[in-house]
Amino acid sequence: MPFDLPMFFAFIIAFAILAYVVMDGFDLGVGILFPLLPVGRERDSAMNSVAPVWDGNETWLVMGGGGLLAAFPLAYGMILSALYAPIIAMLLALVFRGVAFEFRWRDPQHRPLWDVAFTGGSIVAALAQGITLGALLQGIAVQNRTYAGGWFDWLTPFSLLVGVSLVCGYALLGSTWLVMKSEGALQERCHRLAFRLGIATIVAMAAVSAATPFLRDAYWMRWFAWPQVLFTAQVPLLVAIVTFVLFWSLRRGHHYTPFLMALALFGLGLAGLGISLYPYVVPPSVSIWDAAAPDDSLKFMLPGVLVIVPIILAYTGFSYWVFRGKTGHEGYH
Amino acid sequence: MFEGLDAIFLARLQFAFTVSFHFIFPSFSIGLASYLAVLEGLWLWTGRQVYLDLFKYWLKIFALAFGMGVVSGIVMSYQFGTNWSVFSDKAGPVIGPLMAYEVLTAFFLEAGFLGVMLFGMNRVGKGLHFAATLAVAIGTFISAFWILSANSWMQTPAGYAINAGGQFVPADWWAIIFNPSFPYRLVHTVFGAYLTTALVVGAVGAWHLLRERGNEGARVMFSMAMGMITVVAPLQIFAGDQHGLNTLEHQPVKVMAMEGHFQSHPDGAPLVLFGWPDEAAGKNLFALEIPKASSLILKHSWDAPLKGLDTVDRKDWPPVPVVFWAFRIMVGMGMLMLLLAAFSLLARVRKRLYDWPLLHRFALVMGPAGFVAVIAGWVTTEVGRQPYTVYGLLRTVDSASALDAPAVGASLMAFVIVYFFAFGAGTYYILKLMSHPPHRGEEGPRRDQPVRAAGITPAPAVAESLTTGKEA
Repeated sequence: MPFDLPMFFAFIIAFAILAYVVMDGFDLGVGILFPLLPVGRERDSAMNSVAPVWDGNETWLVMGGGGLLAAFPLAYGMILSALYAPIIAMLLALVFRGVAFEFRWRDPQHRPLWDVAFTGGSIVAALAQGITLGALLQGIAVQNRTYAGGWFDWLTPFSLLVGVSLVCGYALLGSTWLVMKSEGALQERCHRLAFRLGIATIVAMAAVSAATPFLRDAYWMRWFAWPQVLFTAQVPLLVAIVTFVLFWSLRRGHHYTPFLMALALFGLGLAGLGISLYPYVVPPSVSIWDAAAPDDSLKFMLPGVLVIVPIILAYTGFSYWVFRGKTGHEGYH
Repeated sequence: MFEGLDAIFLARLQFAFTVSFHFIFPSFSIGLASYLAVLEGLWLWTGRQVYLDLFKYWLKIFALAFGMGVVSGIVMSYQFGTNWSVFSDKAGPVIGPLMAYEVLTAFFLEAGFLGVMLFGMNRVGKGLHFAATLAVAIGTFISAFWILSANSWMQTPAGYAINAGGQFVPADWWAIIFNPSFPYRLVHTVFGAYLTTALVVGAVGAWHLLRERGNEGARVMFSMAMGMITVVAPLQIFAGDQHGLNTLEHQPVKVMAMEGHFQSHPDGAPLVLFGWPDEAAGKNLFALEIPKASSLILKHSWDAPLKGLDTVDRKDWPPVPVVFWAFRIMVGMGMLMLLLAAFSLLARVRKRLYDWPLLHRFALVMGPAGFVAVIAGWVTTEVGRQPYTVYGLLRTVDSASALDAPAVGASLMAFVIVYFFAFGAGTYYILKLMSHPPHRGEEGPRRDQPVRAAGITPAPAVAESLTTGKEA
């Protein structure tokens, strides 16, 4: 595994995707859970817990897209044009989700409508992101540097499975986030939900993991060939440990640990994805090096990534620190 | 229903629609972010309540506009790949890093501090809150810097080489970023954003002055907005002229379309004030012209020769009527802004700024003029770049994804429906906020929303968590 500029930027893109999935994941999760929360205080409180940070969270999605265009322009064009329908659906869903944050406060008469937009947008965005991921794992047919498949190649039982799994996973993130950020009835409700969503997420992860090696021989070899299996077997082992801690901490009524464990599950899921995909960025034929922009482009971005990303993480941390602790609701002060 | 239409035309229409809608929001929020920083700075400096009231008044509007800018912007960052995958592959190594820097240096800065700016007034100190407001304002400017650099590179490509795979690859980053049209476009666009905001603020002030002449907030915002227009409108016209000369040097065909010059004029070209460009016939119908004036403006000489579209192969023509008319709309708006600037200056000198209803009515109808000018200017420069995506090098027809017309048609319709619904509602909410007069003790962004802050400092929250024994 040569560690050169394309490889470094592959890790950067992976980091942006991870940052996006865990951060926007919990606020999309709050959107998915919204219909299960009673109208009034609990919903307002849940919305308030993500309102100051959702915009920063979604910026990682722009970073993922912009970064892919900059570092792997060939892959950016191939993946997005191949997955046209789910990508457009995600973008439109994010429009509804995003405007609902402000609009629901501006227009109390139509608040139920904007709540539906918030939830619908969150579910469709999560589903579309999962389908995109599933379709990428299945592989994308390319010829002469462009997509060469049909318009519904992305729609398979596997991609739908990944889509539904991601909805469950985001909902788990959202419920554990609210366990951490809320009090009273909302916290109790989310605590109960987190149990069920934890089970659903683990089952979904197991199903996706079981199905993936059968998609391509290369995936099978990657996971089960000797001696790699010694390395790859650590992933399911860690998933088992994290799962145990997740349920243990939920049972003990911890506030912070369940959210951290849900984040760890997503981190491990992404590690598993990386193991399956490497060295391809568009399986089955376009590798990281085939798709990479020339070194001159990557070198130009290097200082930006090495200097600015840590600064971004610092002030993102500051922003979360300002809004730390339990989120207030009416009559709190 | 889309079989008869060309997939690439639909893709262009979709891009034009989504980028025009998107551009409305930043062209307003770039100026508004700076205005908010000025208001908060004045409040901290003078301690006058009215500045804080106005800050909070406009902050609510900013929150709505910014949110719509964010979600419509995400669409843009993915649309290069979905609909223009060949362009992305070929130009990505050059414009991709510019956009990546926009995300890294601007978007995160804006998003990271927006939460503090909107909701953090009671959570952080005044100084830190002002720093957050400044960070957002600077972020909007940095964003304009990078995206206009990328856009200008597509207009006047420089500092590149072409590799074996047909990709544009960077040879000299300095030349790429500061490509020939970039400084002009940056100044012209940022001035445009400031004017757009000043016109909106002025119109809101005028509306409330017409109803309640003594409203202090309305007076202050109207005076500030008119002052801004008086300074920036003449500067903008000068910057626009310079930008035009730059375009004549690097993209002469675009200027031919803007001027409606189908024929070459070896001894002084006329300025076509109005007319109907007939592309097929290659002449202007019903033209009203000032002889030799175009040569005077573009070459600073009555008799300077100017080439026309007759020297250019027809397959390299941009759509002439669109460019011609969009340019005239922009210039017309600019002239009206100059008139408003002069009128308000006269009123200021005669100390009648707050009690001259005709001025207030004029300022009110000019409220949307900035948006019209900005979109018209954008159409002029982007349609004027046709038939290329990278000017002179990569044709639009060779840039698109291999999508079928029904797929693009369906997504275009979805965008139209969703944007009109979501952004139509947003515009209505903004107008509703604007219809309330600014008043003393203005509430922050969310009057009807539960208070989330635990107090002026986090101390009460900590104290409460200690007494209740819960995790803080």
